[in-house]
Amino acid sequence: MMTSTRLPRMLHPGAWWLWATALAVAASRTTNPLLLAAIVAITGYVVAARRPATPWSASYSMFLKIGLLAIAIRVALFALLGGEPGTHILMRLPIVPLPSWMAGVRLGGPISLEGVLAAAYDGMRLGVIFCCIGAANALTSPRRLLKSLPGALYEAGVAVTVALAFAPQAVAAVGRLRSARRLRGRHDRGLRRIRGLAIPVLEGALERSVDLAAAMDARGFGRRGTTPAATRRATATLTLGGLLAMVASSYGLIDRGAPGIIGVPLLVAGAAMTAAGFALGARRGGRTRYRPDPWRLAEWMVVATGLAAAVAVLVGPAGALSPSTLPLVAPSLPLGATLGLVVALTPAWIAPPLPRAKPIVMRPDSPVPAREHVGVAS
Amino acid sequence: MISFEDVTVSYPDTTRPAISNVSFEIGEGELALVIGPTGAGKSTLLKCVNGLVPHFTGGRLAGRVMVADRDTRTSPPRELADVVGYVGQDPLAGFVTDTVEDELAYGMESLGVAPGVMRRRVEETLDLLGIPDLRARHLLTLSAGEQQRVAIGSVLTVHPKILVLDEPTSALDPPAADDVLAALTRLVHDLGMTVMLSEHRLERVVQHADRVVLVHATGVTVGAPADVLIDSPVTPPVVDLGRLAGWSPLPLSIRDARRAATALREELLPLAVPARGSSAGPDTVAQVRALVVAYDGVPALRGVDLAVHRGEIVAVMGRNGAGKSTLLASLAGLRKPMSGTVSATERVGLVPQEPGDLLWAQRVAEECRDSDRDAKVVAGTTRALLADLAPDVFDEQHPRDLSEGQRLSLVLAVILAAGPGLLALDEPTRGLDYPTKQRLIAILKRLARDGHGVLIATHDVELVAEIADRLVVLAEGEIVNEGPAREVAVSSPIFAPQVAKVLSPLPFLTVRDVETALVTRP
Repeated sequence: MMTSTRLPRMLHPGAWWLWATALAVAASRTTNPLLLAAIVAITGYVVAARRPATPWSASYSMFLKIGLLAIAIRVALFALLGGEPGTHILMRLPIVPLPSWMAGVRLGGPISLEGVLAAAYDGMRLGVIFCCIGAANALTSPRRLLKSLPGALYEAGVAVTVALAFAPQAVAAVGRLRSARRLRGRHDRGLRRIRGLAIPVLEGALERSVDLAAAMDARGFGRRGTTPAATRRATATLTLGGLLAMVASSYGLIDRGAPGIIGVPLLVAGAAMTAAGFALGARRGGRTRYRPDPWRLAEWMVVATGLAAAVAVLVGPAGALSPSTLPLVAPSLPLGATLGLVVALTPAWIAPPLPRAKPIVMRPDSPVPAREHVGVAS
Repeated sequence: MISFEDVTVSYPDTTRPAISNVSFEIGEGELALVIGPTGAGKSTLLKCVNGLVPHFTGGRLAGRVMVADRDTRTSPPRELADVVGYVGQDPLAGFVTDTVEDELAYGMESLGVAPGVMRRRVEETLDLLGIPDLRARHLLTLSAGEQQRVAIGSVLTVHPKILVLDEPTSALDPPAADDVLAALTRLVHDLGMTVMLSEHRLERVVQHADRVVLVHATGVTVGAPADVLIDSPVTPPVVDLGRLAGWSPLPLSIRDARRAATALREELLPLAVPARGSSAGPDTVAQVRALVVAYDGVPALRGVDLAVHRGEIVAVMGRNGAGKSTLLASLAGLRKPMSGTVSATERVGLVPQEPGDLLWAQRVAEECRDSDRDAKVVAGTTRALLADLAPDVFDEQHPRDLSEGQRLSLVLAVILAAGPGLLALDEPTRGLDYPTKQRLIAILKRLARDGHGVLIATHDVELVAEIADRLVVLAEGEIVNEGPAREVAVSSPIFAPQVAKVLSPLPFLTVRDVETALVTRP
């Protein structure tokens, strides 16, 4: 068993997403800059160690930049609109007088260190959540995740797959049409130009989707299953209802002001409904799956490390999770949460190594002479 | 295996049915070739076999189509997917997934084939089509020939009894087309599969066919290839030569024709090859010197020197990706050279590979008006040119509804309106039937006589034999062979047209050459 987990292969995309989601949940519950920085370091290291060579694997740095932008915007907004009072004044902006009906809002004024830090911590929390999403994107391709969708979501998955294929083709079509317009010596600008490009591109996309629909029909997509209509309806209701419940519960988990019922209880109920829907959908006959990504020990372990980190942060002391900025206190590093996060770093080794392209090995008894010898002989 | 019983298909808002009174039967293990002029209804007929007509396309189907004892009226395409594999004209448009392996498995997943069986069949199919190295590749990175073989493989994995292909080799260079056809004949001979395919370039496939279905306006003619081709409106050059020489039975392959041609070769030996009336003048219209063009650092052209003269027709050949299109695009100013020069004394007009890209109006009349405005010429210029090139195109038609030949004429009119000195055409004969091709040849010859330079990038050796004064062969972005078309074509086994192969070593290239020589015989 242990050997088969170590053979080079791609980890199940669901495992990476669960791991990253757990870290994102951990990030959402703390504003401690040290813990947040640790989470960024962990995602960065694991991505560097286990990202495949696909076009998506570059997405981590893009999400990192979006995260930095989130911090910058948050701090800039605070500086403009002011907010928390403080004793350490960094600088004073001129106050812009506003009409009396905007009495609650202030534009300009003193900028305190306390306020800047509070804004930065808050922005960092959002930025780190972006990093976690970026890590999941870089570690798996969205297509492989779609491939492992449960049977109940099959049709939705196909629709997304087809839509994903549209983008690169539209880009190619725009390039072709632009050179075609130059061939006709036309140099439109602005709206006319967009109209001239958009209509043929959309026409082409429409034609392509009709062709694709014909090809899918001819290859057996949507063959009559043996499932009765009532079961299909039950599957759809359970799956959709469960997913909606889970989305609603995530709001409760992130916002501590929300009523308690929206948090964990709703999450559990939603997960149960979705699982029931998936189980019903899986029983629907008629389709099979080619080389599905296996879910083995390594997948369980990766998910477990993510959960361990999330739990360790969630149960941490409230004071350390949200360090005070008024009065100004240096953030501390809570031991339990830190150890939990270190566990989440282990997928960099737990996850099986990535498959590489086969090296070209010339066997010693190969009849083909090495290139150098040919060169010398001639 | 397949039987059509008095089938007529008509679409709403059309005056005549797409196909009418079609009756024939195809037995198990036969390779049936569907031929006919453009617009005769070949695609419609093929789509009837797996029920896409009428279940997907709409329209009315009278009569009955039986496929492996199933009636297509009651079985829609998805329920026939286990017996009929259908590959459409553009393989790329039919791909559902993104890698070769997934694409091969897609049909089996829909049919619910057991995972172990799926795994085995994917491996077998990769070997059968000779594409095991491509298994992990992204479909968009494949060459046209590889894409076509993957498309065939993707329907083979479900082990259908019948394979239907709509013009499987029309976009391929000759070696890639041979690969695809070799794979198909292997399926017929080794696996006993029934194959039905349509094709314009008959010279490639007709010798492999067991039966030919000729589609015409009032029905179909079905029979052995030699019997049907003897009075078919579309024929490959080797059959034209056989008809001219009166050989019986009509030879379909080069091998058969060479055996029959012994007497003809002796008769032609003392006769002079008719001189090709070239109108090439001394003035250069466009010229490239030491041209280097690269895409993202990968060179597509590595130091090409070429000049086209007034009144001259130059053909550029070479495999897919050899740099033909890049050369044309650079001449038209669409690609910036990395080094070297492009100089044109007059405007260069380029007809791209997808001529439809140049058309975007809703009616032919609007298209002509736009064209006059773009080219800044007197109103009516484009319409007059079009009337000259294709008298059967009407103002009210939508450019998309035109036939391939009519659309090409419209694009030619649009390009010619700007008065180019050099006309460059990228793969102009793709999808054209023989009569339309003959009209294009006449048009291009006339343009050359009027003093235009003409540059054609093509895979079509028969077109080159008919029209080119000079032939340039590109490989890996370099010119590897250049000279008078007759000499280059006769000396090369790949670029030789059928007539040259039959009459080798005599330097006759076309049936017309032979005809003219025989007339001048003392």
